[in-house]
Amino acid sequence: MADVLERVTKIIVDRLGVDESQVTLEASFKEDLGADSLDVVELVMELEDEFDMEISDEDAENIGTVGDAVNYINSRK
Amino acid sequence: MSLAGKAALVTGASRGIGREIALELARQGANVAVNFSGSEAKANEVVEEIKNLGRDAFAIKCDVSNSEEVTEMVKAAIDRFGKLDILVNNAGITKDNLLMRMKEEDWDDVLNINLKGVFLCTKAVTRQMMKQRQGRIINIASIVGVSGNPGQANYVAAKAGVIGLTKTTAKELASRNITVNAVAPGFISTDMTDKLSEDVKQEMLKQIPLARFGDPKDVAQVTAFLASDSASYMTGQTLHIDGGMVM
Repeated sequence: MADVLERVTKIIVDRLGVDESQVTLEASFKEDLGADSLDVVELVMELEDEFDMEISDEDAENIGTVGDAVNYINSRK
Repeated sequence: MSLAGKAALVTGASRGIGREIALELARQGANVAVNFSGSEAKANEVVEEIKNLGRDAFAIKCDVSNSEEVTEMVKAAIDRFGKLDILVNNAGITKDNLLMRMKEEDWDDVLNINLKGVFLCTKAVTRQMMKQRQGRIINIASIVGVSGNPGQANYVAAKAGVIGLTKTTAKELASRNITVNAVAPGFISTDMTDKLSEDVKQEMLKQIPLARFGDPKDVAQVTAFLASDSASYMTGQTLHIDGGMVM
């Protein structure tokens, strides 16, 4: 769990240029982390690469917060 | 050379305008994936010519209206070159007839290759170009997509669609430093237009202020310009290469 969160956090910090402290499980990509819809698409792409999985468009639509992403990845492992 | 070290994919590059675009990009320094659907021997000739220029090239068969084949093609290009900087959506067909006589199948075939193909190829390269934070997409439309043309309802609809798709894609991808432009050739001498009757050709000539038909080179050089850094502040535009036919 910690490992997934750490890796997800690193991607978010790199991609969105936010401070690590802002990346909490409750943080919404769009509302709290300043991502636009293209940023979210890119984040999903990077998560796919990082965790070597394919995330369908339907699943991607349900990933709105950092916690959603972490839970999704854990559920697929 | 303005495209030194760039990696390009040109669809429909075995013949006509696509062939000339692939060669021109190579002359400007790019390595080129040469897509074809039927003419493998001709595609291999283009590859050989590019290799003689000292660039890397390979031929790849793909039906651009088939999403799985398109995904494979783009993957092959990225595997070969390690990146992809330029996509030229050139593949196209015609199945002309008056609207009243046009078969539904002929409509679908032309829309699938000429419009859906552009969508699929663009979608497939976007991931790589977004990662690179750099990319150039050039769509080969047609002047008839702007002006309309009797007997080409399917082709005109597809090409007008390509122009609209160009603008939307340009807006969606601009923030990632990917530019998307279209060129709209007028009457260019190729295998595709050689089929027209002499009467039709003479009639068309009267409508061209520069009073000559274009050469595939005319289109290829503008395409190479749009692919270069010189055009980095242009996106969403359609450049007419038509001797002044439509202003």
